[in-house]
Amino acid sequence: MTNNVNITNSVTKFRQDFAIIAGWVSFGTKILDLGCGDGALLTYLRDSLEVKGYGVEKDDVNWLACQQARINVIQMDLEDGLSGFEDQSFDTVILSQTLQAMHHTEEIVQEMLRVGREIIVTFPNFGYWRNRIQITGGRMPVSKILPYQWFDTPNVHLCTIEDFEIFCKKYKILILERSVITEGKSVNFMPNLLGSLAMYRLKSIV
Amino acid sequence: MQENNSVGIVAAQIAHFSEPLTLKSGVVLPQFDLVYETYGTLNADKSNAVMICHALSGTHHVAGKYSEDDKYPGWWDNLIGPNKPLDTNKFFVIGVNNLGGCHGSSGPNTINPKTKKPWGSKFPIVTVEDWVNAQARLADYLGIKQLAAVVGGSLGGMQTLQWTITYPERIRHALVIAAAPNLTAQNMAFNEVARQAIITDPEFHGGDYYAHKTVPHRGLRIARMLGHITYLSDDAMGAKFGRKLQDTIKYSFDVEFEMESYLRYQGDKFAGEFDANTYLRMTRSLDYYDPALNFGGDLSKALANVKAQFLVVSFTSDWRFSPARSREIVKALLDNELTVSYAEVTAAHGHDAFLMPDAHYHQILRTYLSNIQV
Repeated sequence: MTNNVNITNSVTKFRQDFAIIAGWVSFGTKILDLGCGDGALLTYLRDSLEVKGYGVEKDDVNWLACQQARINVIQMDLEDGLSGFEDQSFDTVILSQTLQAMHHTEEIVQEMLRVGREIIVTFPNFGYWRNRIQITGGRMPVSKILPYQWFDTPNVHLCTIEDFEIFCKKYKILILERSVITEGKSVNFMPNLLGSLAMYRLKSIV
Repeated sequence: MQENNSVGIVAAQIAHFSEPLTLKSGVVLPQFDLVYETYGTLNADKSNAVMICHALSGTHHVAGKYSEDDKYPGWWDNLIGPNKPLDTNKFFVIGVNNLGGCHGSSGPNTINPKTKKPWGSKFPIVTVEDWVNAQARLADYLGIKQLAAVVGGSLGGMQTLQWTITYPERIRHALVIAAAPNLTAQNMAFNEVARQAIITDPEFHGGDYYAHKTVPHRGLRIARMLGHITYLSDDAMGAKFGRKLQDTIKYSFDVEFEMESYLRYQGDKFAGEFDANTYLRMTRSLDYYDPALNFGGDLSKALANVKAQFLVVSFTSDWRFSPARSREIVKALLDNELTVSYAEVTAAHGHDAFLMPDAHYHQILRTYLSNIQV
């Protein structure tokens, strides 16, 4: 049963970003993970915090992986919005490393704020110095966190930490907490230059 | 080789119920029979039973064959058997012919014990709720307090949903496939055309054609031809037949296009083996089903007492029971914070896809069913 082995691996392999998200989620709460992939994050949150979790996933293979891990998973395309979910019906709605691949960026963030009392958004920081160096060298950045070529990338809306915080101001989104990490270590000095992954806990100001 | 994962040779059984059953219409059936089949073995604590609910034209003969040289196996044989997605090494599977059916359960073509004549037009209109109540009686009869799962596609999916509403304590898992929480006006319109084809057939005799030793073959045939169009997608019909001619154009109204040949064949085959009075009742039951009706149209409220865990599946090319309708069910389940997974299977076969052995679809069912503890 190779599938079971895979699931065990994805759970046991420590991921700093999962640990940070777990720190932002309360025990036993109701969580919606958008673009939940193989369900690794929800499995981690279920096993560590006994959350009542639901995932949203478009891909057939990922959907089956979630099902195998006994994660509730709803197959739909996030680009169509979250019309199947009631206002403020989740404690936390998570969008983990998916924002940059969304075509309807503003809509999905608005939808998350409608459905969740709080939201967590994480994305690869395009302002990270390694990306800047590659751009300066005249090439689009390719790295572990951005592993695609310009012509085959699903990432259509890359942004920097600065960009995202301006976006939050414009849409009246309150930043409750921010965490920036590089290679699993937290970055406090010049995060927009030295951080590779940006993580935010947010809520609507109104 | 082919037979390795078949349930093998099966036989139908009859359960007689002498306790009256009050139907949703208020009519009381003083007694009734249900014909059923079972596959696999009921375990000691009777926790591994799965009920299969059939759709419009289905029967209790879900899997296996009646004899070695039986041409076709049961209608969902590709799903049910040893090591198949619904594994009979693990589960005890029950197939049942619904009340009002024409394959042995009490229905219009069976003898009314009171008059000693076929029920015909006098057989009451039965609903999804009535079917579920009758199925629960069968579960009682088999000594099963709680079903591990109820599985159904299309009209069978509606029965599955109703099980979770009527008997929240008696069902642990509901597999609702290619279903809808009610029919749309367009969907009911197809049913009305089908019924009109039957009722206006001169051989119908108000439903009492048995006494005239005839059947409304023409009407039932047209009804089925219409049905078949709606079960396939435009793309599937295009791929299967396109504009292919049998021969050259003859400037006639005979069968010229292959699609016509297919429809006529399906219509004739069905009209030769199915009962028109049952067809009328099955379509009416579809029309009437609307669990949200008494809750101001709010399906979420209708599901407030539901406890079962759900797998909901739809098919992208199904326009008769479209994915949007399945998503309505999912939303109502989410509103009640129930355990639910939803898969939207990319499939070309339209509504019929739920009966096809598509690899991904079957993997979905296999994975879900293997997670059920018995």
